[in-house]
Amino acid sequence: MAIEQDEIEKIAELARIRIADEQIGDVTRRITEILGMVDQLQAAETDGVEPMANPLDATQRLRVDEVTESDQRDAFQAIAPAVEQGLYLVPKVID
Amino acid sequence: MQWETVIGLEVHLQLATRSKIFSGSPTTFGAEPNTQASAVDLAMPGMLPVLNEQAVRYAVMFGLGIGASIGMRSVFDRKNYFYPDLPKGYQISQFAEPVVGAGKFEIQLEDGGSRQIGITRAHLEEDAGKSLHEDFHGMSGIDLNRAGTPLLEIVSEPDIRNAAEAVAYLKALHSLVIYLGISDGNMAEGSMRCDINISLRPMGSKELGTRAEIKNVNSFRFVERAIRHEFERQAEILESGGRVVQETRLYDADRDETRPMRSKEVANDYRYFPEPDLLPVVIDEAYVEEVRRGLPELPMDKRKRFVEQYQLSAYDASVLSDSPALAAYYETVVRHCSDAKIAANWVQVELMGQLNKHELGINDSPVSAQQLGELIVRILDHSISGKIAKQVFEAMWQGEGNADDIIEARGLKQVSDSGALESMVDEVIASNAAQVEQYLAADEAKRKKLLGFFVGQIMKLSKGQANPQMVNQLLAKKLT
Repeated sequence: MAIEQDEIEKIAELARIRIADEQIGDVTRRITEILGMVDQLQAAETDGVEPMANPLDATQRLRVDEVTESDQRDAFQAIAPAVEQGLYLVPKVID
Repeated sequence: MQWETVIGLEVHLQLATRSKIFSGSPTTFGAEPNTQASAVDLAMPGMLPVLNEQAVRYAVMFGLGIGASIGMRSVFDRKNYFYPDLPKGYQISQFAEPVVGAGKFEIQLEDGGSRQIGITRAHLEEDAGKSLHEDFHGMSGIDLNRAGTPLLEIVSEPDIRNAAEAVAYLKALHSLVIYLGISDGNMAEGSMRCDINISLRPMGSKELGTRAEIKNVNSFRFVERAIRHEFERQAEILESGGRVVQETRLYDADRDETRPMRSKEVANDYRYFPEPDLLPVVIDEAYVEEVRRGLPELPMDKRKRFVEQYQLSAYDASVLSDSPALAAYYETVVRHCSDAKIAANWVQVELMGQLNKHELGINDSPVSAQQLGELIVRILDHSISGKIAKQVFEAMWQGEGNADDIIEARGLKQVSDSGALESMVDEVIASNAAQVEQYLAADEAKRKKLLGFFVGQIMKLSKGQANPQMVNQLLAKKLT
C-alpha cells in the first residue's frame, strides 16, 4: 500500500505536526515503509479472531462515584503561561 | 414538489454522577472557573483515567428503559481532534462497541396518536471544557470544570419526520431520564444538548438525500425553529435545481438561522482507535438484573396504568405522568378525594395554570396534594360549588390555610337549607314578574333557557353559595 504526499500533508495538519517542504519526501518514503509492514500483518488469516481492544488479558475495574479531588487551581495555574479570572488563556481559536 | 423531511437526533445527556467519569473531581454546575479541574481533567503527563461505576450503571438503566440490548462488553476509544478545551487532544468515547445497543422508543403525538422511534445506540463519553471567546487581550479563556463530566450520547434512527415529532421525541426522552433519575435534564444548564441531522427527499422516495448536521441546539423551541428553518433552506436549494452540501451548521437563535461552521471548527477525521489507558468494560447478567430490579415505574407504564386505573384520556394521562413528581402529586390528590376525573381537571387546569403563571415546579406548589384533595371533597359533598372552589383555591394559594378553614372563615358554605333557599326563590320570582310570564308562555325547549335566568338571579342573591341542584328543583316546583 502506497501513500501519497498530499495524504501525509493532511494527516500532519490533523495532528498539528509541521513538516518542512524538504522533509516531506523523506517522511512519505518512511511511512510507506511502515505501511509495508502493515500490509504484511494484513495478510495474516484473521477469520474468527475477535478484535483485541487491549493486549492485557483483563477487564476494567470501576471506581466508586465519590469526590476525591480537592481544588488545586492555584498550584496548576502557577505553572500555566497565562491565566486571567481563573481561566487558562490560549491563542484565540476563532477569528 | 412535496418534500419529506428525514431527521435523526443525537442527544448529549449529562449524567447526574457526583464525580467525573474518569476522575474524582466534583461535577457541580456553576463553580468558579477551573476549581473543579484536577490533574486528570487537565491532562497532566502521566495521569490515567479510572472509570466511574455510576456512569456505567446510569447507561445500563437507560438501555433497560428503552428495551435495548446491553453491551456486556464495551470498549472505549479515542476520538482525536485539537481544540483548547480538550486538553488531551482526544475525547475518550465509545465507537465500535457501545454500552447500549439498538432499542425502541414510543412518542406521543399531539393528535393523540403515537409512533415508534428507533434508537441506534447510546454510548458513554466525556464532556469537553468551555471556551470563552470574549476579549482576553486577543486570547481565548478556557474553563475546564466541565471537562470529564460523564455524557451519554443517544443516537436515534432517521425515523423522525418533522419538527413536532422531534420535539415530542426530546420531551419523551427528557421525561424518561428524569424518571430514571440519571440526569437532572436541565436544558438551560446544558444537561441535555442536541445535534440534528436533517435531509429532504421527494415524498414517497426511499432514498435518503444529502444531510446537514446542525450542532448545539439546547432547547425544545430552538430544535423546532432550527428544523423549520433548515427545511426551508434545503427545499429552496433543491427546488432551484441545486444540491445540498453535506456540512456542519450552527443554529443561531438570535438571528433564527443556521449557518455553516468554519472549516477550522470542523475536524471530520477523528482517527478513532481503542483507548489504551482503559481495559474493556465487562458486566455480567447479575449486574444487569440488579439494575433492572432497581428501575422505577417508567413513564410509558405509568401512562398506561393511569388510563386503565383512573379512566383518563391518553392525553390527560400523558400530561399527568410527565414527571414522577407531578404523577405522585396527582395520585395523592386522588387518594384524598377518590374522584380521579375531577382530580385530573383540578391538577391540570387550576394547579398547573397557577404553577405556569408563577413559573413554579410542582415541588414548589404552595398548595399541597392533600390540601387540594380536601378541597375537591368539599365540591363532591356539595359544601361548595365548583365556582366557589376556585375562590377557595386562590386563598389556599395565598397561604390562607386549608379548604375547610377558608370556607368557614369566609362563610362560603353552600346554602342547602331549603327554607333559606325557598325564600330566595320566592323573592326572585316576585321581583321578575315579566320573566315569569314569559316562562309560563314558553314551550319546553325555551323554558330551559329561561330557567337559567332565574338560577343566575338566585346565585347572584346568594353570592354564588346556593346549592344549584336544589335551586333547580325549587324553581321547577314553583314556576307552574
